[in-house]
Amino acid sequence: MTSIFRLRNVTQWLYVLPALLFVVVFVYYPAVDNLRLSLFQWSSFSPKESFVGLQNYRDLAADPIFWSALFNNIAYAVVSVIVQVGGGLVLAAILEEFVRPRLRGFFRTVLFLPAVMSLTVVGFLFYFLYEPNFGLVNQALNAVGLGSLTHAWLGEEGTAIWSIITMSQWQSTGYVMVLFIVAIQKIPRELYEAAYIDGATKVEAFRRITVPLVNDMLVLMLIVTVSGAFLVFNEVWVMTQGGPNNASHTLGTWLYKSAFFNDQLGYAAAIGSVIFVITFVTSIIQLRLARGRSVQF
Amino acid sequence: MAAPATPVRGSGASLTSMALGQLGRLVIYVVLALLVVSVLYPLFWMVMTGFKTTQELFSNSWGLPSQLRWSNFVDAWNQGVVRYLLNSLVVTVASIVTTVGLSALAAYALTRMRIPFSGPVTLAILGGMMLSPTVALIPLFRLISALGLVDTYWALIILYTAFRIPFTVFLIRAYMMTISREMEDAAVVDGASRLQIFWLVILPLSRPIIVSAALLQALFAWNEFLFALVFINSQDLKTLPVGLLDLQSRFLTNYPVMFAGLAIAALPMIVVFMIGQRQFIRGLAEGYGK
Repeated sequence: MTSIFRLRNVTQWLYVLPALLFVVVFVYYPAVDNLRLSLFQWSSFSPKESFVGLQNYRDLAADPIFWSALFNNIAYAVVSVIVQVGGGLVLAAILEEFVRPRLRGFFRTVLFLPAVMSLTVVGFLFYFLYEPNFGLVNQALNAVGLGSLTHAWLGEEGTAIWSIITMSQWQSTGYVMVLFIVAIQKIPRELYEAAYIDGATKVEAFRRITVPLVNDMLVLMLIVTVSGAFLVFNEVWVMTQGGPNNASHTLGTWLYKSAFFNDQLGYAAAIGSVIFVITFVTSIIQLRLARGRSVQF
Repeated sequence: MAAPATPVRGSGASLTSMALGQLGRLVIYVVLALLVVSVLYPLFWMVMTGFKTTQELFSNSWGLPSQLRWSNFVDAWNQGVVRYLLNSLVVTVASIVTTVGLSALAAYALTRMRIPFSGPVTLAILGGMMLSPTVALIPLFRLISALGLVDTYWALIILYTAFRIPFTVFLIRAYMMTISREMEDAAVVDGASRLQIFWLVILPLSRPIIVSAALLQALFAWNEFLFALVFINSQDLKTLPVGLLDLQSRFLTNYPVMFAGLAIAALPMIVVFMIGQRQFIRGLAEGYGK
């Protein structure tokens, strides 16, 4: 009897085991190993690892490119929270509240479209839009008499990262908006009707009903957007490779460049640990905030 | 005296607010129209520039091409894009099969069986969602090198599977928890095995979420860049996102060919999205919302 039960347990485990193994071996183990490796120095030319304690972290603290990359990630996070999460929520509410149902689907589909395109394609597209000679951005500025505002957008230290951040808003706002639409559609209509009978304006209804009742989604989108902002890599690598003069690096591109161009693998692992701590802490804080604040109905 | 004045004032106010409402609606539609243009025009420009000559692009970048030159698209296609497309297809399809297959099996066991330690196991799998590829890049590079998988499809298929299993299990598990046990019990009475129940009962009933999960995996694998950049070196194995970088370096100043390549690269996912829009959005909603 017991042996049969054991056998059954073993065969049941076989259903879970492959998934668990994949995650443990290729997701958890590397994440933990990264913390260990960040205490060593080695390179592809001298592959023998030598333990250096916290030296990589001290080097990080003294590295101006690390700090400017971190600043760029923070700028990415702040702008994305305002435009994608804030703007996405307002857009979602507007589509659901003001726009005729037959037009809603059209707006939703079009605004979501950029999110299904790869960041490489969108990155290149914007690379060309920002191009100083034939790019539409400068062409448009010249056409309306604002020629003095033209820039080599990706070629100047002052504008590169902001131009990339702008691209990212173009790509992702529709995506966040669609998720807010889903959340808004789950709010019972009677709540709005009751509020309007009581004389509430649409703006009041938005503040008093919509925002509290999509709180779960709001928190989730904040987590996704903020963590995403600290993981940015693809579009920066495609558009500027961190240039000019390393001004548009993010932690991700600086990690990649340190590892595979500068051959400082331990140093790159230390950058990885910093990203790990930031994204992990962000998730924990925001999950805590979410608890107890969500409204049930 | 004051009494009759009130309704007059009231109706005046409501007339104003109605006019304001109309104006507000107009403003909203104008803003939305501008947003639609700002999304669609760059895409239109991308396709149109694909038909131009370099000279046309420089002399008149807003204008339409003087003729539809398919040759740019043919050049892009022949100079690598067809190869990149095939590679992307292989990696995407393979990782859909492994990710959705393994996740569905795991979700089935975690929702329908009494496995010892199923709580901690669930937590361990779902917890993987908090870890991102970037933070593990250096150890992964060593691991994949040690396994001899650098510059193979396997590197990408394995990593795309591993990093997407947590989210996909989360998605499918939530759905399977809502399936009633009655059908399953009937199958047990008929003497079906666990695997038969999974294949013949649970999987067909989970079809909507399986489709959503597959679509989201397709979007991820088709567009993934970091792993594809780090682990693939040969021209012949590059997927689209990284292949486009090469295309640009080879067609340095022949921009229209690059535009054509971008348009070709973007098209498949746009088509898939248009066809599977509902499943797509349901997947996102189930995955992120409740």
